[in-house]
Amino acid sequence: MIKVKDLCKSFGDLDVLKGVNAEFEKGKTNLIIGQSGSGKTVFLKCLLGLIKPNSGVIEYNGKAYKSFSKEEKREISTQMGMVFQGGALFDSMTVGENVVFPLKMLTKMSRKDREKRVDEVLDRVNLGDIHDKLPSEISGGMQKRVSIARAIVNRPNFLFCDEPNSGLDPRTASVIDNLIQEITHEYDITTVINTHDMNSVFEIGENIIYLENGIKAWEGNKDNIYKTDNKKLTDFVYASNLFQKVRITQRRGL
Amino acid sequence: MLINYIKSIGQYFIMIYETFKRMTKTSELRRLILQELDDLIVSSLGIVVFISFFIGAVIAIQTALNFSNPFVPKSLIGFAARQSIILEFAPTFVAIIMAGKVGSYITSSIGTMRVSEQIDALEVMGINSLNYLVFPKIVAMCMFPFVIGISMFVGIIGAYFAGVYGGFLSAEEFLTGLQEDFIPFQVFYAFLKSFIFAFILATVPSFHGYYMRGGSLEVGHAATTSFVWTSVIIIFMNYFITQLLFS
Repeated sequence: MIKVKDLCKSFGDLDVLKGVNAEFEKGKTNLIIGQSGSGKTVFLKCLLGLIKPNSGVIEYNGKAYKSFSKEEKREISTQMGMVFQGGALFDSMTVGENVVFPLKMLTKMSRKDREKRVDEVLDRVNLGDIHDKLPSEISGGMQKRVSIARAIVNRPNFLFCDEPNSGLDPRTASVIDNLIQEITHEYDITTVINTHDMNSVFEIGENIIYLENGIKAWEGNKDNIYKTDNKKLTDFVYASNLFQKVRITQRRGL
Repeated sequence: MLINYIKSIGQYFIMIYETFKRMTKTSELRRLILQELDDLIVSSLGIVVFISFFIGAVIAIQTALNFSNPFVPKSLIGFAARQSIILEFAPTFVAIIMAGKVGSYITSSIGTMRVSEQIDALEVMGINSLNYLVFPKIVAMCMFPFVIGISMFVGIIGAYFAGVYGGFLSAEEFLTGLQEDFIPFQVFYAFLKSFIFAFILATVPSFHGYYMRGGSLEVGHAATTSFVWTSVIIIFMNYFITQLLFS
């Protein structure tokens, strides 16, 4: 579980996060949504420890990150998996090498065990036969799945995804969304997903936080997002005609 | 602007300090060093040999053509070629060439990793990305004096070929000049400065790649800036070391 209290971050005069409070439960797909520039990525990077916030507290399993010793910080980072927007696969390594990398670097597993684990996770993301391919030789959707495999190979307690289905066709995007949700339930991990894809919101949004100009403007789930009267959120969610129709249908109870 | 320069200098030294902290796993480090040796040193040998041979030849021809006085012994061509190649051409000129070849490669490869969030991926895994990326390059570049040794040898061979087979002097005269007034300290000086240049060649381009911001266009810009700064620092350090050791 991750708890965030009064998180603030600014870059020079620009206040990006203005006292965000949030709670991300274990075993749930937690979504952060908001327009471009609303502070989603900065928020996620603060959770990952890549950006140091100006103030506020981030707690992992009830303990504040600030109070962690160096050793504990290193330990918590080994419990985190991250799926980057562009995949962030290492270009010079094959798919197999990319996936085994966290195990090689962070564990003392034997070569045989590592190979077994890599086979397991690649099978889990339905990519059993591309071990020796380079990232440049596979499709964008496959790269995302390899990125998910690399993120979960170390059996993390926390999984973070930054716009995991951006640049993908709707069908592949849906496959990725469902895969992340299945993995979250199966491994019972805390998953935080940064997205502005409304399909993801309605498909896997078990807990949704809406950020507006660095402030948490709404919190709920995929079922009560239809019922909300929060003007800012509805303007954002129903910006597309398709979702306006979905909302009308939902409200009519059809 | 001045404050930005001071900030960058400070950031550069912090980067060096961070590079030697939290070492990467030895087995992985060994693989990375071998990889960098191949990318930075072995792949540069061809161009270094080619340039050294022809520059050595040109030095011999130019020296010969500019000695019109019959009282000046022809062996001086061999002497001048040796002095120019060992003292300046091999260590400094080759370092500038390497700043273009190796420096831009280092900046663009690290810069691309920054743009495509691969460096963030390393950090999220709890790996010291500076140690993982920069340290193997520093170790691999320790072999740079070896490249300089080859450059010296090939440069002198080039001077011999152009001088002797161009009909400017006999082989005996060239070899006499080559051995005339030989001071071993000058070779030590050449290798010492090539060792310092190697450190600059590994770290300055890494700095420009690691701290770059933006997209692919900025990667190209960073590679150009890195070449300019690496060359400027090498030329300045060349002056500084020469002043320090010879004055």
